[in-house]
Order: sequence, then C-alpha cells, then structure tokens
Amino acid sequence: MTSETADLVVIGAGPAGLAAACEARELGMSVVVLDEQTAPGGQIYRNIESVTDDRQDVLGPDYVAGQELAAAFRRSGAEHCGGATVWNLTTDGVVDYIADGPKTVSGKYVLLASGAMERPFPIKGWTLPGVMGAGAAQVLLKGAGAVPAGPVTMVGSGPLLYLLAWQYMRAGVRIAVVVDTTPMTNYLRAVPKLPGALAGWPDLSKGLKLLGALRKGGVKVYRDAREVAIEGRDAAQAVTFRHRGGRIELPARLVLLHQGVVPNVQLSMSTGLDHSWDAAQHCWTPVTDEWGRMATSSLYVAGDSRGISGALASAVQGRLAALSIGQQLEKLSDLQTRAAPLRRQLKRYMAIRPFLDTLYCPREIHRVPTDDDVMVCRCEEVTAGQIRGYVKLGCLGPNQTKAFGRCGMGPCQGRFCGVTVTELIAKERKVDCAEVGHYRIRPPIKPILLRDLSAPKDEEP
Amino acid sequence: MQRTDMYTHREKRLTIVGGGLLGAAIGYGAAKAGAEVTILDQGDNALRASRGNFGLVWVHGKGTTMPPYVDWTLQGLRLWPEFQEELLNRTGVDSGLENPGGFWLGFSEAEVEKRATALEGINKNGTKVPFEILDRSDLRNYLPGIGDAVVGGSFCPLDGHANPLMLLRALHMGLNQLGARVVNGVTVTDIQHDAPDGRFVAVADDGTRWSGDRIVLAAGLGNASLASHLDIHAPVLPTRGQVLITERLQPFLHYPTNKCRQTKEGSVQLGSTAEDTGVDDGTTSDKIEWLVRRGVETFPALADAKLVRAWGALRPLTPDGYPIYQESERFPGGYVVSSHSGVTLAASHAELLGPWVSGLTQTPPEFTSFRGERFLDTDSSFSNGY
Amino acid sequence: MATEPYFVIPAKPGSSTVTITFEGRKIVVPAGISVAAALLAGGVGVFRTSIVSAAPRAPFCMMGVCFECLVEIDGISGRQSCMVPVTDGMAIRRQEGSSALDVSEGAKDDV
Ligand SMILES: Cc1cc2nc3c(=O)[nH]c(=O)nc-3n(C[C@H](O)[C@H](O)[C@H](O)COP(=O)(O)OP(=O)(O)OC[C@H]3O[C@@H](n4cnc5c(N)ncnc54)[C@H](O)[C@@H]3O)c2cc1C
Ligand code: FES
Repeated sequence: MTSETADLVVIGAGPAGLAAACEARELGMSVVVLDEQTAPGGQIYRNIESVTDDRQDVLGPDYVAGQELAAAFRRSGAEHCGGATVWNLTTDGVVDYIADGPKTVSGKYVLLASGAMERPFPIKGWTLPGVMGAGAAQVLLKGAGAVPAGPVTMVGSGPLLYLLAWQYMRAGVRIAVVVDTTPMTNYLRAVPKLPGALAGWPDLSKGLKLLGALRKGGVKVYRDAREVAIEGRDAAQAVTFRHRGGRIELPARLVLLHQGVVPNVQLSMSTGLDHSWDAAQHCWTPVTDEWGRMATSSLYVAGDSRGISGALASAVQGRLAALSIGQQLEKLSDLQTRAAPLRRQLKRYMAIRPFLDTLYCPREIHRVPTDDDVMVCRCEEVTAGQIRGYVKLGCLGPNQTKAFGRCGMGPCQGRFCGVTVTELIAKERKVDCAEVGHYRIRPPIKPILLRDLSAPKDEEP
Repeated sequence: MQRTDMYTHREKRLTIVGGGLLGAAIGYGAAKAGAEVTILDQGDNALRASRGNFGLVWVHGKGTTMPPYVDWTLQGLRLWPEFQEELLNRTGVDSGLENPGGFWLGFSEAEVEKRATALEGINKNGTKVPFEILDRSDLRNYLPGIGDAVVGGSFCPLDGHANPLMLLRALHMGLNQLGARVVNGVTVTDIQHDAPDGRFVAVADDGTRWSGDRIVLAAGLGNASLASHLDIHAPVLPTRGQVLITERLQPFLHYPTNKCRQTKEGSVQLGSTAEDTGVDDGTTSDKIEWLVRRGVETFPALADAKLVRAWGALRPLTPDGYPIYQESERFPGGYVVSSHSGVTLAASHAELLGPWVSGLTQTPPEFTSFRGERFLDTDSSFSNGY
Repeated sequence: MATEPYFVIPAKPGSSTVTITFEGRKIVVPAGISVAAALLAGGVGVFRTSIVSAAPRAPFCMMGVCFECLVEIDGISGRQSCMVPVTDGMAIRRQEGSSALDVSEGAKDDV
C-alpha cells in the first residue's frame, strides 16, 4: 500500500490551496497538494502556467495575477500530485485517492480547498444541448481557447457572467443578448451595504467597468428579467422570459446560464461534521472556527469551499489556516502577530461580499422552481413536482426524498440538485432550510472505476 | 390486565413506533384489516436499515438452526407476488420483485462443501427448500462473465430480489391511501399504560403524547430500549453492513447472488460486510476496497464500472438472527416485532402480522419460537451467522 | 451526424494538433485540450442520451461536476469527457443510456 505522511495535505490547488501550501512550506512543514486537474491553478487560474499570450490578453489582468502564485507554489518545495481524485477522507486526516491506482496519504492536518461550483439554474429546458453554465464556457475559454461559434445568449446574474461577456467582447465574440435576471429590488436592498463595500473599492469599480464596457459595446441587455425558460425539443432554440410585464421570446442556439456559485462542500460533508445553512448565500457552508478548522478534527477548510469569498480572499484564508496549523505543530510561536496583517487584508477583500450577496441574490423562482415539470435532478431525471409529492407523503428531508425517488442517486452524487432539493422541501414544508437538512454524503466523493480501487496497492519500499 | 369498557369503542386505534419496512408493512396490513393506524417515525437522518439494505427476497441457507423460521420464510415468499401486485395496483409503485431464483457463490471448495452440508441439514426431514450445488462451469451458464475466483455455488429457484426503497415508498403511499397517519420526526422515548388519555401512550422526546388502544414496537434498533416498557426482552444489537453501488449499467446479471445483484434500474449492488462497530453507520476505505476486490473477482467485467456510492447501515439483529414477534403478557395489546428480513418477509408482515396486532387473529403457535425470552436462557449460546 | 459547432477554437499557426474520431468521423483538434472541448468545437451536439428518458444531453459544467458529458472513449463507456485530455487516435462514441459491460468469454481475463 502506497502510504505517505505529511504535516499538511491540501486538497485543491486553487488560490486557497496554493497559498496555504506556500505559507506552510515557509514554516517548514512537509506539504502534499492533491488536485484532480493535472496542473495547479484551480478553477479561476485554470491552465495558468501554459496559457498563451493572446489568450492572456482576452482573460485580463486578474487571471494573469495567478501566475505569480503558481510560480511561488512551484518554488515552495510542496509536493504537487496532479490528476488525483480524492474519494475518501477521515476526520483524523487520512486521505484516500486515485492517481494511477489507489493511494493513501495521512496528513497531521488536511486543508480542504475544493472551491466552488456553479449554482444550479433549474428552469425549464436547462438540460437541453446548447445550454451550459457560463462558468463552463469560461473553462472552455481558459482551457482550450474556445469561444462561441455563433451569437451567444447570456442569461442570469452575477460578476462571472459579466466578466465572461467582457472577455467575449475582447475576443470578438458576438453576444446576441444579455438577459439579466438580477431583481431590481436587489439594487435597493444592496444600497445600505454600499458603504461597507467601498472598503473593497477596487473590486467594486472593476465590476462597474465591466458593465460599462458591455453597454459601450452595444450589447443588448434586458434587465430585471424573470421566469426564464428555454424552449426546444432536442436542443435549445429559444429563450423566453418575462420583462416589464410582457413575455419575450428570442431565438437562441447557445445559452449560457449563471446565477452565482456555491461552495463545493462534498468533501467536508462526507466527514459528517456540521454544516450550516447560509441564508444570505442560499447554500450550505461547513461550520468552522475563525481559522477554518472544523470542530476539533484534523480538518481545515479555506477558500470558496468554506463560503464564497473570491480568489484573493481565498488565498488569504489559505494562509491563515496554514498559520493556525503551524501553531498546532509548534512551527511558530507568534501566530497573532503573523496573522494580524493577513486578517486586515481579508477584511478588506471580504468587505464587498455583503453587497454582492445582496445584489446578486438569485430570484427564488430561478432557485426553487414552481413549475412541476422542471427537472431538479438531471442525472435521475426527477422533477420538482415529484419532490413535492414525496414531501406530501411525509418526507421531511432530502435523504428520504432520495430514497423514495432516486433524486440525488446519479453519478453527480447530488451536487447538482442538493441545494435545490433542500430549498424545495423547505418551501413546501414552510420551514427553514436548516431544519430540512442536506444529503448525507458518502464515499466515494467522486465516482471511481472499480478497476482503480481493486488494483493492488504498491508495497511500501 | 383488565380491559376497561372505557376503551372498547376505540379498540381500533393502533400506534406503531417505527416506519421502516417492518412498521410500514404491519401498519399497511393493519389498516387494510380496519385498524386506525398511526405510525410514529423519526426524521430524515434516522438509523434506518430499510434504507440501507441489500434487497434480497431469500430463503436458501436461512433457518439452519430454527426449522420454524424456514417455514415462516417460505410462507413469506409465497405471499410476495400477490402482495407486489396489490401494492402496484393500489399505488402505481413497482416494488421491483423478481424471483428467478438466486445464487450463493463460494470462493473455495471447503466453503462450498460446508454450504452443501448446511443446505442438506435444512431438508433432513424432507425437502423444504430445493437447491442445487453447481461448479464454476455450471454457474457460467446462468451467470456469464463470472470470474475464476468463484469455484462453485448453490442455487435455489425460490429466491429473488426486490427494490427495498420502492417497497418502502409503496407501503407509505398505501398507508396514505388507506387513511393511516404517518407522523415523521418523532422519537419515542417512553411507553405508558392506562394513562388518562389512552391504554398505551407513546411519549416522544419533545413531550408529545400519542395514545392508542394497541401498540406495536417496530423501532428497529430502538426496540432494544423500548421493549422493556412492554415487559418484553428484545436484545437487538447493531451489526454494520457496508454496501456498494455502481452507476446504472445495461442488464448483464439476470439472477441475484448473495454477494452482488443488479437492480432493475441497472446499478449493481455489492455487499456486504458484517461488523460489530456499535451505533456507527459510517464507512471505511479498507472495507470498501475489500468489497470492490471481491466484486471484481466475482465479475471481472465490473472493473470497468464506476462506484457511485458506499454506505453503512445497521442491521437490527437479535443474538440468533431470528425474529422476535411477541405480544406482551403483562400488557395485552402491546407487541414487539424485530426482524432482520424486512424485505423477504414484507408480505407476511403485512398480511399476517397486520391482522394479528389488530387483535383479529390468534397468535400462531410457531411464534413461541420467536419470543424474546429465549435469549434469557443462560444455558444457550447464540450466533446470528454474522 | 455533425451539427454546426457550438464553439470554435481559433487556429494558431504552428501549434500542434491531434486527430480523434467521433462515431468514426475524423476531427482534427489542438493538442492538450479536453475531449469535451474538442467535440464541442468539432460539431458534436449530443454527447449522450439520458438514462431514464433517452433525452439528448451535452456538457453543462465543464469541470467534472455534472456528468452530462459522458461518452465512450476507446471502448470504455461512461467517461467524463470534460476531464480527459485528447490524445491522437482516440476513438470516441456517443454514450447511449447507461454503460454496458462486456461479460463475454475472454473479456474477463484482461484484469
Ligand atoms: C446491510 C444490510 C443488508 C440487508 N439485506 C437484506 C436482504 O437482502 N433482504 C432482507 O429481507 N433484509 C435485509 N436486511 C434487513 C432489513 O433491512 C431489515 O430487516 C429491515 O429494514 C428492518 O426494518 P425495521 O423497520 O425493523 O428497521 P428500520 O428500517 O431500521 O426502521 C426502524 C425505524 O424506526 C424508527 N425509530 C427507531 N427508534 C425510534 C423511536 N424511539 N421513536 C420513533 N421512531 C423510532 C427509525 O427512525 C426507523 O425509521 C439488510 C439489512 C442491512 C443493514
Ligand atoms: S461537463 Fe459536467 S462533468 Fe463534464
């Protein structure tokens, strides 16, 4: 059995994981970083080390900033294990993964930094070919330099959507229309949060610049759109939505959906440790102390998998977690002194979040479909109406609806229906999401080939 | 215990603690028989064997040390097909029963020989459970793709499998249609007798009270502590089983086996372990890997299938593995039921136990074998086969 | 059957390419990209049909989360095309419903 040990095992090589690894190495810890992607960078800095100059130009300066972090990581002496699928994790730091066969690494501490995933956008037609996440389209851009072949329809709300639109404009892609679903009322609700957000001024002004550029570029934008649906039989053909009291239908072959991202909590949930419902971000987050530690376990969480915070804040969280772990391992004695400047930084980066969370809080109808026919579980093809039926039959939470109707049993293991099902049940039962609870996540954390698990583990040298 | 007249007009009110396969099946049968059924069950994350089991509807190999249990199981199998039809017609939900016969697979000659002896023992006073011992090449005629690690096995034409989750859903829908009340999110901690509000009152941890004229404890592992309130000895202990399930696959395995079965939906279940780990329904990577290796040895083609989920579930097992079906002598109208074969015996539990707990039928004589007091005999030692 | 591609990958002079096939049709794509990106740019509209209703599906997340991008690659079905890089000569087929295992004699010996 290939079994390694390290002071710190980091799962996820995005900003949080890379920064934590660098910090931990500086403190003299042995560090192993595991990631499913072959190269470091995570989602935001995907392909960061090999991206070509012209693509850099399209992607913009924020993306390029990741290069510094990646380079520092390469220099740090942390062991990088790419192409590693973590499938099991214990609260005392044992990590089982597949990378050319089954392997195990035990960390004195483990940092979970698995980032975020796009929030599901469960509306009619969202399973049709020709519909994908805006985040997915951005992965295509970063990873392959691929851009839409024809005019593209962008639907939803939130910074990533506008950023992608801006990137597309720079790449000369024709944006047919932006259907902005941000509720007008959100603007009013967000205004009181503005003074706090001003501390994060660079972020805020960046966002405004993006929107301004879109407008200048002559992109048609429908604002305050609602009740979006995608029409088509075997592929997307049109997008329809309500706008100023009327219903609009526009032809659309490629539709990119986005309404924010949610923490990817599959790893932390699989440990059975507590998670709480974040009522502002409408998602589950792991319960941690201020450093990111989950209860008294060997597990820490940092970055977007702890709560959506953005790349810069994620990196700082990673460093703070590494410092706290360093203190546990007696690698430093001046934790508070070292942490103080990082904390100030973090505070600055996080200042904009309440404003963003309020402004881009997705509409309920786009999170909790009222139309019974909308597919909630894409894998097992379970609809909102069926879930409501199981609630009527007495199901109190998602584990019972799963048993009754297979919702969440498919290969995505509930990632794409988890938050939707919790919210649906809560609304139907008229109780809080916290009371409804979440799927019990079981290993394997990703589906794995039996072949990979049955291979004999190499003998220890 | 004297029955006071005060209750007779409401004699029909039956409370069942536990809404798993046992409680739901018995409640369904009782509701059909005319009882006013209230089922109390816990919440979304309860320890619920009914949600984690292997789904076999199985007789062959069971009851080696208790002949009445063989007959009871055979009766359960006989009632199943009609029961499945009835549930399907009533609720539209298919419990997935298929009984093409089932295979037990052995990995060594010694294991297969031991198996043959045990099966012969069951039939020593005449054939009750037909079976056949097969070598690997015989097996391949039925189970193409079986691996070289399998040396032989036994086959019983009576065996089969069902979908325990759909069965549970069908039962709950049936209960609903029969007007039974199922209350979820209730943890019963105490049973009171002849309180002002009812002959039996189930008291929940939040102080709510649920009164009825009759009560059935079908609380799985919960029976261990609740049964004493009815003066019944029910030493039910958890034995953990870890089970694996693959992605859905095209049908290739047309018979259930004791180690691996393909569900109607297409996923392949690999199971299960038997571990004495207390009240911990978690999973462990060493057992998962062990189950995977055994699965791939059994069917090498499974190497190309993806594992989607592993889980642990706690079998509510008595020391000898056989059930407890017992009415309280001290508190008539109070019953304890514990069984580790909630799927296999679902039809009997509904059709036979339902009317019994409603007071409509006599206690069958063979139930003396299923009394919990058997475990108080200090001269006996027990093994539940796990 | 090829459809109008949803995406294009602007050609870069001098960059290396590989040739893959989808349902036997040859597609030339830049080296190093994911199979899903290659197919989306290669005029593939439907990657798989769904397991319950046989509805057409295509990649949704491109980051390994949704499992909509499953295809058969070099004889192994159910592979996540968004996570697998293209290699020269790769033979890809649409995934129709659930994966099939080969349980025929002989297939079993290669494990
Ligand atoms: C790994 C494994 C494999 C199995 N394979 C098979 C098989 O192939 N074939 C077969 O026939 N059987 C099989 N079984 C057994 C089968 O699952 C059980 O016989 C059956 O589920 C028992 O049902 P139950 O209702 O007694 O218990 P459970 O399903 O555990 O239900 C008990 C219910 O009672 C509730 N409860 C408990 N305490 C309280 C309380 N204090 N107040 C209120 N409610 C309470 C719980 O919440 C739960 O819902 C298997 C079991 C396991 C674990
Ligand atoms: S596109 Fe979502 S997993 Fe590949």
